[in-house]
Amino acid sequence: MSAPTQLLNVQIDGAWHQFPKGTRVIEACSRAGKFIPHYCYHPKLSSPGNCRMCLIEMGMPKPGPDRKPEMGPDGKPIISWIPRPQISCAQDIAEGMAIRTDSPLVKECRNGVMEFLLINHPLDCPICDQAGECHLQEYSVEFGTAGSRFLDEKVKKPKRVELGPRVTLDDERCILCSRCIRFMKEVAHDDVLGFVSRGSHTYLTAHPNKPLDSNYSLNTVDICPVGALTSTDFRFKMRVWFLKETKSICTSCATGCNTIIGTRLNTIYRQTPRENDEVNSSWMCDYGRLNFHYLNSPERLQTPQIRERDALVNSSWKSAMARAGDELKKFANGQIALIGSARMTNEELWLTKKLIESLGIADHDVVPRLGEADQILVNADRNPNTLGAQLFGITNENPGGKLSEIVEKVRSGAIRAIVALGEDLTEIGLTVDDLKKLSLIVATGILPNNTTRHATVLLPGSGFAEKRGSMINFRGRLQRLNRAVQPPGEARDEWEILRDLIQQSTGSNGIYLIEDVFRQIAEAIPEMKGLSLSRISDKGVQLVEEGEEATKTPASI
Amino acid sequence: MASTVRTPHPREKRIIFRNIDRPGWTNDIDCYFRDGGYAELKKAFTMKPEQIVNEVKASGLRGRGGAGFPCGVKWGFIKPGGPKPVYLICNADESEPGTFKDRYIIHQDPHQLLEGTVISCYAVNARLAYIYIRGEFPLGAKILERALAEARQHGFLGKNILGSGFDCEIYVHRGAGAYICGEETGLIESMEGKRPYPRIKPPYFPAVLGLYMCPTIVNNVETLCNVKHIVRMGGAEYAKMGKPNNTGTRLLCVSGDVQKPGYYEFEVGGITLGELIYDICGGLRPGRKLRAVIPGGSSAKVLSVADRYKIKSRQPDGSMLEKEMGLEEVPIDFDTLAAAGSMAGSGGIIVMDDSRDMVWALNNINEFYAHESCGQCTPCREGSLWMKKITERMVHGGGTKQDTDTLKSVADNIAGRTICAFGEACAWPTQSFVAKFRDDFVAKSAGKENGSGLR
Amino acid sequence: MEIPAELESQIDEVITHYPVSKRSASLPLLHLFQEYFGRIEDEAIEWVARKLELEPINVLELVTFYPMFRREPLGKHHIRVCRTLSCAMAGGYQLLDTFCKHANIVREQSGHGDHLLKSTDGKYSIEFVECLASCGFGPVCMIDDDFFEAVAQEEVPQLLEKYQ
Repeated sequence: MSAPTQLLNVQIDGAWHQFPKGTRVIEACSRAGKFIPHYCYHPKLSSPGNCRMCLIEMGMPKPGPDRKPEMGPDGKPIISWIPRPQISCAQDIAEGMAIRTDSPLVKECRNGVMEFLLINHPLDCPICDQAGECHLQEYSVEFGTAGSRFLDEKVKKPKRVELGPRVTLDDERCILCSRCIRFMKEVAHDDVLGFVSRGSHTYLTAHPNKPLDSNYSLNTVDICPVGALTSTDFRFKMRVWFLKETKSICTSCATGCNTIIGTRLNTIYRQTPRENDEVNSSWMCDYGRLNFHYLNSPERLQTPQIRERDALVNSSWKSAMARAGDELKKFANGQIALIGSARMTNEELWLTKKLIESLGIADHDVVPRLGEADQILVNADRNPNTLGAQLFGITNENPGGKLSEIVEKVRSGAIRAIVALGEDLTEIGLTVDDLKKLSLIVATGILPNNTTRHATVLLPGSGFAEKRGSMINFRGRLQRLNRAVQPPGEARDEWEILRDLIQQSTGSNGIYLIEDVFRQIAEAIPEMKGLSLSRISDKGVQLVEEGEEATKTPASI
Repeated sequence: MASTVRTPHPREKRIIFRNIDRPGWTNDIDCYFRDGGYAELKKAFTMKPEQIVNEVKASGLRGRGGAGFPCGVKWGFIKPGGPKPVYLICNADESEPGTFKDRYIIHQDPHQLLEGTVISCYAVNARLAYIYIRGEFPLGAKILERALAEARQHGFLGKNILGSGFDCEIYVHRGAGAYICGEETGLIESMEGKRPYPRIKPPYFPAVLGLYMCPTIVNNVETLCNVKHIVRMGGAEYAKMGKPNNTGTRLLCVSGDVQKPGYYEFEVGGITLGELIYDICGGLRPGRKLRAVIPGGSSAKVLSVADRYKIKSRQPDGSMLEKEMGLEEVPIDFDTLAAAGSMAGSGGIIVMDDSRDMVWALNNINEFYAHESCGQCTPCREGSLWMKKITERMVHGGGTKQDTDTLKSVADNIAGRTICAFGEACAWPTQSFVAKFRDDFVAKSAGKENGSGLR
Repeated sequence: MEIPAELESQIDEVITHYPVSKRSASLPLLHLFQEYFGRIEDEAIEWVARKLELEPINVLELVTFYPMFRREPLGKHHIRVCRTLSCAMAGGYQLLDTFCKHANIVREQSGHGDHLLKSTDGKYSIEFVECLASCGFGPVCMIDDDFFEAVAQEEVPQLLEKYQ
């Protein structure tokens, strides 16, 4: 443990507080309940101090004749106020510092800055995506003036610039705070944005031969305080005040960036990162962020189906489950294989384990997905819950290691039935002919693939944004997904499908709610003792101590 | 058209400008030697660096670039023996409107500058120094390069200068047309190859986090030349010139509506504005009366002939005497001009007579600042162009009733709210012109209610 | 982009003036390109960026900030007339008009970042610049690298004669 941090005495609007040494003035004020409006400051980036919105009055203890602070009748130092207002975003607190956050001078400063920002700002609110989450709008109401004194022509700058494949830029709206430039340089390590021209004609751009195509480009849209940088994917799609916000996590790799899924009625419109300093700081990658459109695809599997005379026909859940159960009973132990997925939640994996036990399945594994790690957030493991799959014994320390053996056994005829949970068997080495040879395929899935097309019983499941559950990221952090939208048609949660499959095989087991599943898990797994789905909270819970896996901490990004 | 030979006025005290326009003087090192040049450099190396710093402190030398900050105090911020290298940059980016002095030192007497620079490097232990010269002085850059080569040849630069054990290298670095590069942290950013956006202070004080985040001293050309003379005569002797707290001599650059505009060197406070205008510069144009003077470069607040100033001065017996005086009686020194509500700034004195339209003059100045604003921070970026648009509209007959008050209000919202002193520089002209010549502005906007006045 | 050996050796020499950071050589390199080629072309920006191990945007930021770097070619001779207060009071604006008249340049509004005012035969280009630091001897102007003080309106034709 490091030595305790020194606490400093700071006076904010007349009241004395204590904060740790090294606290930025603007943060100290925020913690004291005094929010200071700002544009260019961002706690995860360097502070250039250029917007001037965070100007406040600052004072220091008045030194007495002995050079020590002169004390007042209240036993606290007498403050000597600096006549010029100071910015609060680029300085740390000092012992005895005093701040005024709402004096007449401070109000004048804010009013002045607001006026300056608005004189050249285009009246785009009616068509600007930022409306409803725009700092310029908010601070204008709180700190600005109702009327305009500007009688001249506004400065014209480029509009609708394709800064990169996923970002559209409107230079007239830009307030030149430089957050995007600093983010690309300091966090994304791809210094492609900059200011060109000079003075009031300065505008943001990328070099024509080096566009903003980084896998982190959309974070600039998040941090842009105004509607200058917009997500081309989201542009003009929905007013943000209509969006329901559901906290969840991204499932495109093992990092599990914390997210907010924005939906209206039953459609997902966007995902944005949610701050979690233990996982993803304030960021997420573009790939993961945009990887939700498939959930809205018209190809989604919506109806349970069973195979009758070589074709799949629509069925009911009751009939499909009964058929699956009956068929599975026909096979001896050792004739059934189960291909699970490291994209499943812990609850689904726990029940998969129960299914494996109840059917006496010896051959089971998950489908590995490996890519290149990018030293920022993207993990080489593109499956979000490999640790969960390992913890519940669906796979071992070598995910996918048993797949070639399973393929051999299918081809030799030793395995005659496969339960495929959310994975396509032709990705583990089997061909379509191999699938046709199998006597039984019970498959869950959300989009059609070779396996679903050749399934005997097809059970439509739900996507990551349609279910509640938990996953464990690569550093052993248990995190929770929440349901943002309902699965389409008659598709159901996989955990319920699995529960019913087990019931068909072994009789009832009294699980009615997903929380019950978690309770069983918590009783069985020592690392999760005492936890519940709600106790995981929105920030997640670290299950294991920092091990070798935890090499790239978010603090370094 | 060609530069006339300008003889100094008998009342001048030419120390820095001793060799400017001097008959027979050439800017090569041999001429400089014949005149006893580089003797001070040799003398400096017999002293310890701290001694030189102390002499400069004792001299009371104040920066001659515009801020007037005591040079010795600035040097004192450099803690000797620190882990990082120290850099020195000569600010030869002379761009303040109304100022024209460093140009002549660079073109006609470059070795005086070099000698002062090497001495200063030695004093603050800077082994690497740059002369940041504005891009519009291409000939000046060549002259400096040649002078540096001559100095290197003679062992005044490079390794082990004059056997002192002190290594020093100086390079010329050309700017490219930006006034903001005259701001010391803007200069540093420009030197680092970035857009010259001035840095916030705290924490980026150049003496701590300057060039390449190392301790850096930035000094004006005239200031560095003074260092040579301080070494020559000693700090105490230097301090005898001028007035207490306003020591030495100053290069005054007079332009505008006078008969004999030009450069003149006087002891600081040794001459009043009236004496300068009438006795030295031959008075105003025929039939004209004085109306206004900008005493310290266009960034300085304008002084009106209608003003009365209450100036306090310390008497020889220690008592304070307050005297009321008009514009013409104001002595030209740092403290008095500050007390009069303006500043001595860069020494650029612009004289305007009663033929001048103050709105037109302010508009010309506003256009300069709107063009030169770097654009980094909100008030200056937006406000400088806004003020220019207003005065431009007024000049072309489109003024409205609110404009005069809007101008003042906009300027008030800039000064004191920006990252660097450019905020004050662009706001003070508007504040002072509107305050002192309000009638001119009101006359330009009579009768019109609101925004119908586009040109 | 073809960089002649002579220019390349000048470039390499100038980089040695900045032992701490190559990026500091950005301005000197751009000056060399401006002088040699008369303007900063797109390829020059990328060449300089590669040479100094920077991103092209880092160089573009500088080229667009400093008015002395041009994206379009100057006239054979370039005239700069000071417009700031003291020179304006001494007739700087009239001087530019006189130059335009004698150099056959159409007088239009043109500022930093706008198209350069040029004569149709390309012989002359002209622009206003800010204070050239010789305010007592205005109006002043520069033609190419040569500096002229106290320029009388009548002298303009003779001046232009020298720059053909």
